[in-house]
Parts: sequence; structure tokens; C-alpha cells
Amino acid sequence: MARHHIRTAVGAGALGVVAALTLSACGSGFSDGGGTADGELTSSEDGITVLIGSSGDAETTAVEEAVAAWSADSGIEASVQVANDLAQQLSQGFAAGTPADLFYLSTDAIAGFAANGSLQAYGDMLANKDDFYPSLVENFTVDDTFYCAPKDFSTLALIINTAMWEEAGLTDADIPTTWEELDAVAAQLTTADHVGLAFGAEYQRIGTFMAQAGGGLVEDGQAVADSPENVEALDYVKGHLDDGTFAYAADIGTGWGGEAFGTQKAAMVIEGNWITGAMSNDYPDVDYVVAQLPAGPGGQGTLQFTNCWGMAADSPNQQAALSLVEYLTSTEQQLAFSAAFGPMPSIQSAADQWRSDNPELVAFLDGADYAQFPPNQQGASDVIADFNAQLEGLSSGDSQTILDSVQSNLEATLG
Amino acid sequence: MSVTAPPARRAGSSGKGIRRGEAAAGWLFTAPALIILGVFLLVPVLMALWVSFSDWSGRGSPLSSDVSFVGLDNYAAVTTGGGLAERDFGISLRNNAWYVLLVVPLQTALSLVLALLVNRAILRGRGFFRTAFYFPSVTSSVAITVLWLFLFSTSGVVNDVLSWIGINGPNWFNDPSGVIHNALASFGIQSGPETLTANSFLGLSFWDWLAGPSVAMSAFIFMAIFTTSGTFMLLFLAGLQNVSPDIQEAAMIDGANAWQRFWYVTLPQLRPVVFTVVTLGLIGCWQVFDQIYTGTQGAPGKTTLTPAFLSYQSAFISQQWGEGAAIAFILFVIIVAFTVLQRWVLRERKVSRRRIRQYQVNPAIVASSSAEAGR
Repeated sequence: MARHHIRTAVGAGALGVVAALTLSACGSGFSDGGGTADGELTSSEDGITVLIGSSGDAETTAVEEAVAAWSADSGIEASVQVANDLAQQLSQGFAAGTPADLFYLSTDAIAGFAANGSLQAYGDMLANKDDFYPSLVENFTVDDTFYCAPKDFSTLALIINTAMWEEAGLTDADIPTTWEELDAVAAQLTTADHVGLAFGAEYQRIGTFMAQAGGGLVEDGQAVADSPENVEALDYVKGHLDDGTFAYAADIGTGWGGEAFGTQKAAMVIEGNWITGAMSNDYPDVDYVVAQLPAGPGGQGTLQFTNCWGMAADSPNQQAALSLVEYLTSTEQQLAFSAAFGPMPSIQSAADQWRSDNPELVAFLDGADYAQFPPNQQGASDVIADFNAQLEGLSSGDSQTILDSVQSNLEATLG
Repeated sequence: MSVTAPPARRAGSSGKGIRRGEAAAGWLFTAPALIILGVFLLVPVLMALWVSFSDWSGRGSPLSSDVSFVGLDNYAAVTTGGGLAERDFGISLRNNAWYVLLVVPLQTALSLVLALLVNRAILRGRGFFRTAFYFPSVTSSVAITVLWLFLFSTSGVVNDVLSWIGINGPNWFNDPSGVIHNALASFGIQSGPETLTANSFLGLSFWDWLAGPSVAMSAFIFMAIFTTSGTFMLLFLAGLQNVSPDIQEAAMIDGANAWQRFWYVTLPQLRPVVFTVVTLGLIGCWQVFDQIYTGTQGAPGKTTLTPAFLSYQSAFISQQWGEGAAIAFILFVIIVAFTVLQRWVLRERKVSRRRIRQYQVNPAIVASSSAEAGR
């Protein structure tokens, strides 16, 4: 029918116009390229935006103050935005071509963003490059390029409840330095009310046992997840989950190790520097000491976690951003951050001062000497997520089977 | 008196008269809606469709020249890749299939029962119950999820109540074990037969497909039934109020009891409403996302991973944008397939011969009775 045809034509035309308008509008929003390929940093009059994923008010305030101080000093405008979902907001910024100039970047995310060209590698241009711990630099090195400055770091240590320790008749001399001693104190500390040792059901905690057994997930770019050392570590953990002296935080009704420790459902936990903030805020009445994790058959081992100051390839003012990073990672500023919200400075020149400022926490910094870090290759975080899912069923599973599947997933990822 | 037929109006000849420009005005008035739908719905959907066939890496425009067409590679990675992506997709489909299988029938049945209850004229305080049943539907799903996390925590209210009747409640949101596996384990069956464990589909053995929803997912299933039954109750209520009381009365005179009146008279008239409720239920259940995002993020043991959440995770967290978009479109196909299937199941059937016979009156009786009447 004529009427029908006209309608269709008009409808199609209208939709076509709408689509064309929209696409052209979108097109102007997406700017392609931006970063310079040869490594030269961009420079302009534009202000700097810093996107952070904050642990709380203390961290937000500390970063805001530091950035404001730099801004007043340099005369370049700078503002801090707090992300509520950092990964998503970063992705949106990169897709739209208008990312924040500087942002927190985790070791999980760096390979993915580096692969699609969203990141500006600036590590080698840092004036204080040689001051960073080499293992942290390795964390943020992808394909032999040092991408971004580690902003701070944390390691895992053994957190011990002082009251329960004394109640069980233990002294400072009993702090475990080997797996056998850990067996003994965990058994002594296990009562009807609390378990000896608790930790989250994840590689990010259980990986310490793998490191102590002499294992790990990736060695020289090769997957080594199914090594006999790793099997030994998981069997050790499984044995103690079964005899009740160890427990997963979730199985004693808590969300994470810090909560298990604070609510006194565990006498010892494996946690990182962040637990100090949780203890002083939420559980100020629980006294504790921080000790290094015991050595296993392969020596001492722990895991370290870190973030870096990522720089966007699309940032119009990278030179200013670089100078802000140098300011934020300076000795003085990192010590101020550490005092405000806990993590340890990523530079060696701040170590002595930090030790004397935090005598009770030195075990964390001692761990830096032998810490491993989770693999940072693209896709590795999915493999670890799958590993974690299987670790939740460790007590009814088989260590070798679990590690075999991790091995095949890792091999597929590392290519 | 001469009768003249009214001239047929034709859009094509709208050059004169009071209706001139009517079509243009129509388009003008619908333009805002069309533009908004186009910009915020149609164009993003088409772009996502393109992304699912491209190697876009998440930086810059997906329509720029350095993004290329890769055919079905992304779809292959999640369906036949043999890697973690395929397994994750298989797990998410398994989880969501069980979720749909339990939530859709239960919420439909429960909402129908609620509607029948509050539709009864003799019920006191009908308004109160209607509001009470509908209340969860107007509350944000994020708020309810947080409430649920508290209620179903290890030492939460639900486990407290269970302990009154001597049940040691599970560690709800931290328990990755499947309920069917658990039920079988209580009969001593710990692992499946060789045929089920050796063969797999989407990287997941058939034995694992049959695990049932995990205990954690079961808590989400309760939540979905609790929150959505109110909405669908409202739809059924509207449908019930369209059922004419005359027909009920006629059925009563024919000697139908309450159950027969419901099953043979009321329910068939509610067929369009049932179709709407089941369709909306299917779509909502296959797209479950916000509960997972705010609640468990796929934990424990990936047993609350759903395709919608996996799509988000692949794209935004793992930077596999093509795979994320591909998962979204596979989900779209699944939803359309289910809707078409249930449209076919709920179609208006011709009355079967057997059924017709029940209503047929024996001619011999008619003849004799009319003969009697004639006397």
C-alpha cells in the first residue's frame, strides 16, 4: 500500500538520520591516537586529573593534600577523583579517549592496558628510577619496558594475637620460624572458640606457603604451577584445614583474615600492612604483634602487592604528570603516605626512616627481601581467579589435580 | 435519501483538507522517543554487535580504521576455545540455567497464588497485603542484596532460625557445593558415573552440569522469588479482575468445584498473563547481574557467575572486549530462543477430539428428551 510504503520510507529515513547524527557525534568524542609512539612525552597547558581507588578517607585526604601541594608549587592545576570502580572507570576513559592523566594501576590490569596501547611507559624517565626496589620495578615491567612508578607496596606477614599467645603459655621465643614450629603453635592456639591460623581461601594468601616450599606460579616466563613444591605446599595447608588448626576466614564466618583476627575467631592470620588500619579503626582493643612468616622446606617466602602510578597515553600533559609522579614517590611524600594510611614506601632510601618510625611493623619490610609477586601477564588474573575458586574446595579436593588445571590454564595464557 | 460512502482516507493524497500534514506531525511527536531510543539503545547495540566481530582492544573508537573484522573468532573463543574463557562461559551458563529453571516456575506459581489470595473479596485488609507483597519489588535490588548478605551470613538470622528446629544451617554465601551433588552425597554418591564425568560440554563435565545451583546461588534464588513475585502478582491481579464473574457463576451452576473452576475456567483465561509473566521472568532471570555485582562477584568457586556478569568481567576487567560482547549476544540468542519456545508451548491449541467428545451431547438423549418435552 502507498501509505504503508511512505511510512516505511519516512521511518527508515528518520532512523538513518538519527543513526548518522549519533555516529558523527560519537566520532567526535572518540579521539584516536594521542600518545606519541616514540616515547616523547606530551606537554601542554592542561591541568592534571588523578584517578584513585581509595581505601578510605585517610587515603583520599592524604593524596588530595599531596597533589594540592604539588599544584601550588608548580602552578599547574591538578585535581583528584576517587573512583568507586577503578577498573571500569579506567576502561571507560580509555575507550572514550579521555582518560585521567594519572591513576592507580594494579599489577592485574597493567598487561591488558599496556597491550592495547592505553599506557604511556615512563619508568626509564624517572629521576629516582634506581631508588625503587628492583622486585617492584619487575612488577611493572611488561615486555622489558618499565611502565610506571610503584607508588608503595605491602607484604604478607604473620599477625599474632598477644593475649591468646600468652594464654596458651607461649613466649616470644616460640614465634614460629619453620613449618614444624608453626604446626606446634597452631595446635596449641586452637581452642573451641578460635582456630590457630586463618587466612582467605585464595592464592594471594596460600601462595606464601607455595613460596616457602620453593614453588611459585611463574618462573622466567614459564608456568611452573604443577611443581612438586607447590603440591607439597597445598598438601600441607589441606592437612591443617582437615585437622582444624588452620581455617579459611569464610569458614569461620568472616569476610577476610582481618575480620577473623579482629573478632578473635583466629589467634593468628596471614595478612598484609593494610590490617593495621583495620585493627586501629575497628578493633582497637585487640593487641597483636607482627612476625615474619615461617620458612618452609624452600626457605622463607611471602607475597608482595603493589600499585603504580599509571600514566595515560592519551594524556595531553605527560611532562607535568611525570613531575607529579616524582613528587608523589619522593622519600618525604611516601613516608607521609605511609603514616597516613599504612603501606610501605616503594623506594629504598625511605627504608631506614620507615623502620625507625614503625619498629613494630618491620617484619613487613623484612619480607621485601624474599617476596614473590603474583604473575602480571595478561590473562594471569583470570587464571588466579580460577585457582582461587578451586582453592575454596581444597579440603575436599586434590592438590595435584588443582595445580594441573592451573598449569594448563597458565600455559594457555603465557602462550 | 442517498447514501454516500465516506471517502477513503489515503495518506498518499494528504495534500488538502483538515488532515494535511498529519503524518509529519506524527513523526514530529514521536521523534524525541525515536531519537532517544536510537541514540541510547539501537546504536549502542549495533556497536556492541560490531565489537563482538572485531578485535577492538578497548582503546579509542571501535569504528576507527585500526580495528579489524575477525569473523566469529570471539564467539569461537567462548564456545570452542578449549581454554579458561570457554570453561568460564560453560560454568556461567550452568549456574544461570539452574537459576532460571528454579526461579521462573516458582515465582510464577507464587505470584499467582498471592494474586488469588488478595483477589478474594472476603479477605480482610486486602490493601495491606497487596502493599506488603508488592513492597520488595519497589525496593532497590542493591539494598535487598545487602540485606540478604546479612540474613544469610554464617551467624545470620536465617541460620539462627534454622537452629531452633535443630538444623545446622550452611555457610550460605561461602558454600560452593551444588545442592543436587549434596543430596546425592547424602545417599553416599560422591562422584558420578564414568559416562557423566568423562564427557564434557563447554569445558564442564556433564556431572558438573548436573551439580544443581550452589548453596550460595540458592540464596540468590530465594531472593529473586521474594523480590519479583510482588510485581507479577500485580499482573495476575489485573488479569483476574478481567475474568468475568458471570462465567464463574455459570461454572458454579454447572456444578464445578473450586479447583475445577480455577483449573478449567480461570487459568485458561489468564493465558496471556501467564505468557507475559513467564516471558518477563525468563528475560529477567537470564540477565541477572546487579545481585551478583553487589553481592558475590561470582564467588564462591565461580558458582554465582552468570553470563551477564561474565560479559562485564571479560570486557572491563580482563580487557577482552570482543569476548564480552560475544557473550552478550549469545545470551540475547538464548533469551529469544526461550521466548519463542514458550510462545509455542503456550499457543492457543485447537480443542482436541477427545476433549470435544466430552462436551458433545448424545443425539439419542436429545431426541428422547425433546420427545418428552413435546408431550
